[in-house]
Amino acid sequence: MTFEKFLFYVFAAVLIFAAVMVITRRNPVHSVLFLVLAFFNAAGLWMLAEAEFLAIALVLVYVGAVMVLFLFVVMMLDINIAEMRAGFIRYLPVGVLVAFAMLVEIFLVVGPRTFGLEQYARPEPKPADYSNTETLGMALFTEHLYAFEIAAVILLVAIVAAITLTMRRRPETRYQDPSKQVVVKAKDRLRVVKMPAEEKG
Amino acid sequence: MIALSDYLIVAAVLFAISIAGIFLNRKNVIILLMCIELMLLAVNINFVAFSYYLQDTAGQIFVFFILTVAAAEAAIGLAILVVLFRSRRTINVADLDALKG
Repeated sequence: MTFEKFLFYVFAAVLIFAAVMVITRRNPVHSVLFLVLAFFNAAGLWMLAEAEFLAIALVLVYVGAVMVLFLFVVMMLDINIAEMRAGFIRYLPVGVLVAFAMLVEIFLVVGPRTFGLEQYARPEPKPADYSNTETLGMALFTEHLYAFEIAAVILLVAIVAAITLTMRRRPETRYQDPSKQVVVKAKDRLRVVKMPAEEKG
Repeated sequence: MIALSDYLIVAAVLFAISIAGIFLNRKNVIILLMCIELMLLAVNINFVAFSYYLQDTAGQIFVFFILTVAAAEAAIGLAILVVLFRSRRTINVADLDALKG
């Protein structure tokens, strides 16, 4: 067994373990943290497949942004965990059954008989001066430029949608209105009252 | 040597686990969203593996776009979840039975 194969098994085993933990933990915060572990190990697997840029992007984008967002929402919402767990045991047999059936079916299609080393030999490792990022960038900004622009627009729409959905104006909140502050005149604010001088004593 | 089928089987196991997760945690919307993320990860592993063994960068480009769309989906999904919790005080799927906001 080569060192690469050993690394692959370690990453794959921890990935599967973390995925099982994600769906079985009682506390959603633990689920999110195990999902982070799963993403890290998937990034390791991608590293072994020489997809360095995507491995780094997975850690930065998913662990750095999306999972932090998940963690934030999980901790912000006050959820009754016990009520959420009701029915876990009841649905366990059917869930495991469906998952197992699906797994067997996929295995029959993509097993070693059809996608083994004989059919698809492992490619030669790239030379040390080969840059995965450069290759991806060249393909992305020439061949797939249109799709790239659409992806940018999708992200913009997501930003606008998320902000519009969650923003709310509370009537009881006090806040300043700069346009009203600018148009105000001194005579509206200050009133000079003429009154007789008071007697001394 | 790592074979292509090894990657595909890992991805298949991951996909099956997330299917089981959707069945088991069908009350908690947050866990459901996390299961969808796991499924997308399984699909992405397939794409990366094929991209490597066929020596074609198009697979990695696809993963790039899937990551983009998945990030947008997670952001909007969580925003909807927050709004939902604000108005109904619950994220239990069984309690979400009205279209009215």
